[in-house]
Amino acid sequence: MAGTTAPFAKKTFGVTIEKLCKSFARVPVLKDVSLEVKPGEIFVIMGPSGSGKSVLLRHIAGLELPTSGRVRIGDFDPSDPATRQQIRLAMVFQAGALFNSLTVYDNLALYLREHRLGSEGQIRERVMHALQILSLEKAALQFPAALSGGMKKRVAIARALVTGPQLLLYDEPTSELDPVMSATITEVIAALRDQTSVTTIVVSHDRDLALSIADRMAIIIDGRIRATGVIADFAHPADPDIANFLKPTIDLKNPRFKQLENDHE
Amino acid sequence: MKELNSIFASIGSTVLLAINSGRYLKTLPRQFPRFIDQCYSIGYTTLPIVTILSFFIGSVLALQSGYSMQNFGAKQLIGTLVGMSMVRELGPVMVAILLAGRVGSAIAAELASMKVYQEIDALVTMNIPPERMLVMPRLVAVVFMMPVLASIANLCGWFGGALVCKYTGFISVEPDAYFAALKRYMEAKDVWDGLIKADVFGFVVILVSCNIGLNTRGGPREIGAAVTKAVVVSLVLILVLDYFVTKALV
Repeated sequence: MAGTTAPFAKKTFGVTIEKLCKSFARVPVLKDVSLEVKPGEIFVIMGPSGSGKSVLLRHIAGLELPTSGRVRIGDFDPSDPATRQQIRLAMVFQAGALFNSLTVYDNLALYLREHRLGSEGQIRERVMHALQILSLEKAALQFPAALSGGMKKRVAIARALVTGPQLLLYDEPTSELDPVMSATITEVIAALRDQTSVTTIVVSHDRDLALSIADRMAIIIDGRIRATGVIADFAHPADPDIANFLKPTIDLKNPRFKQLENDHE
Repeated sequence: MKELNSIFASIGSTVLLAINSGRYLKTLPRQFPRFIDQCYSIGYTTLPIVTILSFFIGSVLALQSGYSMQNFGAKQLIGTLVGMSMVRELGPVMVAILLAGRVGSAIAAELASMKVYQEIDALVTMNIPPERMLVMPRLVAVVFMMPVLASIANLCGWFGGALVCKYTGFISVEPDAYFAALKRYMEAKDVWDGLIKADVFGFVVILVSCNIGLNTRGGPREIGAAVTKAVVVSLVLILVLDYFVTKALV
């Protein structure tokens, strides 16, 4: 990553979640979730697949309405179209969510053009700056379909960066990436926070990513927050579910494997 | 009961989409390139098929009416029948049906794909309302292009009918007589009524297609389902609205 300063806003927001519940077709997905994310910190929400962590992030982004409870970014309700205009929030989606009909350059320029944030020359400068930070200058004129998974993630981060966000959300930023690219993305997230102090919320089941960059962390299992704290608090978890999630062991003498072996024969 | 709720919910969300899109009408100058793109997509790319089909619809209408009317000695009125039928009914309805099949399906597929692959969510997080960028330019474009397409369909249908009348042995009505009969009973109101119908149908087709695309949930399989739904709902609405709009205009 180039050592340039990212174009972030100076003001950043904390996030407060109070007694948040969400059900889809009467199936509870989030159960009484309460969290507080302080301004400027990297907060990682970890949990196994299907535990509700992406749904929680979508509530923070204002993409879902709570069944009960509330989410506040600073003093603003992110799900209210009137107040969300007050917040510059950027989200890096799990699959990138790049606009496939636009080039990489136009993907980044879209936000600036739609909000009329400068002349075409100024927009070009900001876009190229963001691309340079993510080492993507050569991909500027390519379409998303021509990019690798890692490059798509970097373009998605660059697109978030160019908005000058006051709150940055990442949904599984290292999923489906090889270990080298995962490490690169982890470094990018950490470096952006170091340069800008923007509040960053990362949802992931990648233990290495969480332990590398988190200021604080929460574990969500089956829609409930089971623990919150700094990394050191998770060194020896008393909760067996958390211990099993953070330090999974493979027991080849497990009777289930034996059963598979017998079935195969 | 569940189905009834679903139908009312769809009607409600479609009306809301129209209202929300209308709120962004003042941003049209900023969306002008997208408006031009949509005019091209709705108008120019639909034109060849509209031209061909309306020509043959006019032709077959002349052929059928010539066959029936020769027994009454009323062949001189074929021009009137073809002209009025095309202007008041067949032109607007046929163009709307072609629009549903060609443009409405493409819009539903594009927006459903954007929804499924979270591009719509990305727009929302960027504070870019999808109604402003994706719906309003399409609705304005269809309001501009439908009268043009319907007018071209009318002309092609008239000329198709004229050619059949001249070169079909048992009809043998000269173009002069055909167009004189066409003009004799046709008033400006007939043309306007047809263009208004075309605009109403076009607006509804694009609005319904946008709404179905934007409300798609699930995976890639739902994109195909959204396209089918958009076309079927559009066709039903065109024919149902045809009765009510015609009744309101006559």
